[in-house]
Order: sequence, then C-alpha cells, then structure tokens
Amino acid sequence: MGLRYLSGVVSLSIEQDKCRGCGRCTEVCPHGVFAMKGDKVSIIDRDACMECGACAKNCPFAAISVNPGVGCAYKVIMSALFGEKRSCGCS
Amino acid sequence: MAHYIVGTVKTAAGEVPKVSTALTAKDVFGSWLARWGVNRMHYGVPPGLYCVGDANPESPVVVSANYKMSFDVLRKNLAGLAAWILVIDTRGINVWCAAGKGTFGTDEIVGRLAEVDLAKVVSHRTIIVPQLGAPGVAAHEVSKRSGFAVVYGPVRASDLPAFLAAGLQAASAMRRVNFTFRDRIVLTPIELVGVLKPAVVIGLGLVVLQALGFDVLSLAVIYPYIGAVLVGCVVAPALLPWLPGRAFSLKGWLAGAVWTVVVAAIDNLYLPELSGWRNILIYFLTVPPLAAFLTLNFTGCSTYTSFSGVKKETALSLPLLGCSFLTGVVLLLAGLPGIW
Ligand code: SF4
Ligand code: SF4
Repeated sequence: MGLRYLSGVVSLSIEQDKCRGCGRCTEVCPHGVFAMKGDKVSIIDRDACMECGACAKNCPFAAISVNPGVGCAYKVIMSALFGEKRSCGCS
Repeated sequence: MAHYIVGTVKTAAGEVPKVSTALTAKDVFGSWLARWGVNRMHYGVPPGLYCVGDANPESPVVVSANYKMSFDVLRKNLAGLAAWILVIDTRGINVWCAAGKGTFGTDEIVGRLAEVDLAKVVSHRTIIVPQLGAPGVAAHEVSKRSGFAVVYGPVRASDLPAFLAAGLQAASAMRRVNFTFRDRIVLTPIELVGVLKPAVVIGLGLVVLQALGFDVLSLAVIYPYIGAVLVGCVVAPALLPWLPGRAFSLKGWLAGAVWTVVVAAIDNLYLPELSGWRNILIYFLTVPPLAAFLTLNFTGCSTYTSFSGVKKETALSLPLLGCSFLTGVVLLLAGLPGIW
C-alpha cells in the first residue's frame, strides 16, 4: 500500500547500547519500523512510525523512546482550543 | 442470558460460558448500527472468561476488548477451534482505541487474570494478546505480575487460525496494519454522522440569514457544500491512496477542487443566474477548504498518521483553509441579493 504520511516528523529514537536484541519491538510494531541487524535492532523505516508507543512500552530494557499520541486532527484542534486532553470519538 | 451463549463448560474455577462462533442477524445488524454511531459507545460484552468449542486446560487463551464488534469478529474467526476468550473491561471500546487510552492495559489484564482464576482453568502459562493492544500493555510487566507470558497475536482476527496452527508464530504480513479500501469505507458513516451536529447549527444560521433578507436557502446555493461534505467525508477517504500528496488536507483540497470544477460546469449549464467568475471564485475559496478540513479530520480514523505529523499538518493547513473559507463567505454574503 502506498499510503505514507509526512516525512521527518516523528519523535522515535533508540539507544542502541541498551538494546539486548529480544525482538519484542519488531513483534509489536504495526508498521515494520524495526529490523534486527545482528544482535541489535535498528530503525529501518522511521517515517512509517505512527507514534503508537507500543515499542517503547514493550521494550523490557527501556531502549526506545517515543512521544506517544493519537494522530487525530480533531483531537489536536480540540486540545489546542480547550487546552485539555479531549478524547476523540474514535471507536 | 445473552443470545450468543450456547452452553457452559466445567473448569476447576467454576463454569465458563461457551459462546457460538456463528453470528446471527442480531449481531450483524448491531454492528451496522454501531457503524452509524447508534449505541456505539455502549456496545459491550460483560468482561470475564468465555470459551469456544470444547476448550480444555491445554487450549489457547485469547484476550479481547469488551467491544461487542471485536468480540463478534473474534468468536467468528475461532469457528471450529477450541479456545478460551478472556474479555477484559475496555468500557465497550475497541482494542486499538482502548490501548491508546490505556484502558486496554497491563493492570486490567493482570486484574482480570486473577479474577477469573485463569491459572486454575488452564495448565499452560501463555496468553495471546492482540497486537493492536500493545500500545497499552507492557508484556514483560504482565508476565512479572501474573506469571502469564504474553504472545502478541496477529493484527487481524482472521489470521488467528493460521497463527495458532503455526504454533503462535505470525508471518510478518500478519503484523502489519493496513488501511484498505474496505477499512476506509466502513469508517465513512461515522464521519458523516460527525458533521450532522455542525450541519444543524449551520442550517439554523442559514434560516436566520434568510429571515434577515439574504437569499441563501435554496438548493442552488447549498448543493456545492453538500457535495463538499460528501467529498471530504466519503470520496477523499475512499480515494486516499490515489489522491496526490501526503497531507490529508492537500488530498482533500484537490478532491474538493475537482468537485468545484464540476459545480462551475453545472452552474454554467443549468443555473446561468449563478454562473460567472465571481461565483466561481467564491466556490474555489470555500468548497475545497471545506472538503480539505473534513479530510483532515479523517486522520483520526487512519491507521498510519503520527501525532507529530498531524500536529504539523494542522498548524500549517488550518490557518490557510480558514482564511480562504472566510474570504469566500464574506464575498458570498456581500454578493447576495439582500440588504446590501
Ligand atoms: S524491545 Fe528493546 S531490547 Fe528488545 S530488540 Fe527492541 S529495542 Fe532491543
Ligand atoms: S511507536 Fe508504534 S509505529 Fe512507531 S515504531 Fe513504535 S511500535 Fe512502530
């Protein structure tokens, strides 16, 4: 599928020296952002990341950091207007 | 008793309801209503342990949100298999959104495992959690606190039989989220329902304007905007991969611009009193931005937009769309036969 969003914006980063190569991040990522390179993991498709936070949450060694959020314009607008974390009506 | 329960199975932790793997007309109709926003937020299944088939202590355990539609899809895809279904309380919200909100999470799973006494029901110590729940669940914490290892199951329940048959291995395609034509189309009704409320407000505004002497309440004036709503809520989402650009607002603007050309042609042919460069300009200032805004809102339904990206796109596009739209509205009102 050719659907790609804006490039060069996501907040994802990995600290290679903390990674123990357990592979959990490659299991949870829904967009194939990571791949094992030898005994460590690398980011191979950073712009595909949707900042869901699954990798950071599930890394047992806290090697990954990402600012998780919902890519929802309604929510972005509502929290800009009302300054609070509005829940969007997503199901 | 709920219509999908077909019996019970005895376990060391008491009787567990057995559910049907065939969906009835009631399930299908309920899902359809939920897609249109009817009773969508209260479309739940009571949390707890269920089973399908002749589940025994060796059978796999699959975790589900208590959103009825997710539960239905899951039990349907487990037809012919024997498995336990642990329904956790996500307040009737689906896995993906509940994981984002944290209600599909580590605490809820650990608590529910203890409450149903799963360790007595099954002899193994593995639970299958849907991959889309991963943003809310820390697998290593679940195992530390409950003794149950977490294996993330495939993204789509339809891949579960293959995943189970392969000994809990997911092929990489099973781990990927797509956003297919069908995925997008089923989300469009809720987008349309979403514009109903603002539409009523705008409708009332038009009635007021009409009373003030502006001639706005005619189909000839309104149809370009009804079209823009359909373009932004249905057409652009459906054609997403084929519309140029990456930003949703750009895709929606372009689709709206095409519609504007169609409107100009229709007016030219059938509504000569509305044709002319001034009106075409007004349409171009108002119709594409409206479609663009509604398409931008579809980011919330999409499965690949990041928060950082949407923030950037919104900050860049919204002021432009707003200025264009307001300029158009001012020109429109100034030009209408009325008090000016
Ligand atoms: S989950 Fe963490 S430790 Fe495991 S492979 Fe990924 S980054 Fe490395
Ligand atoms: S935040 Fe989500 S999409 Fe991004 S790399 Fe992590 S798991 Fe993949």
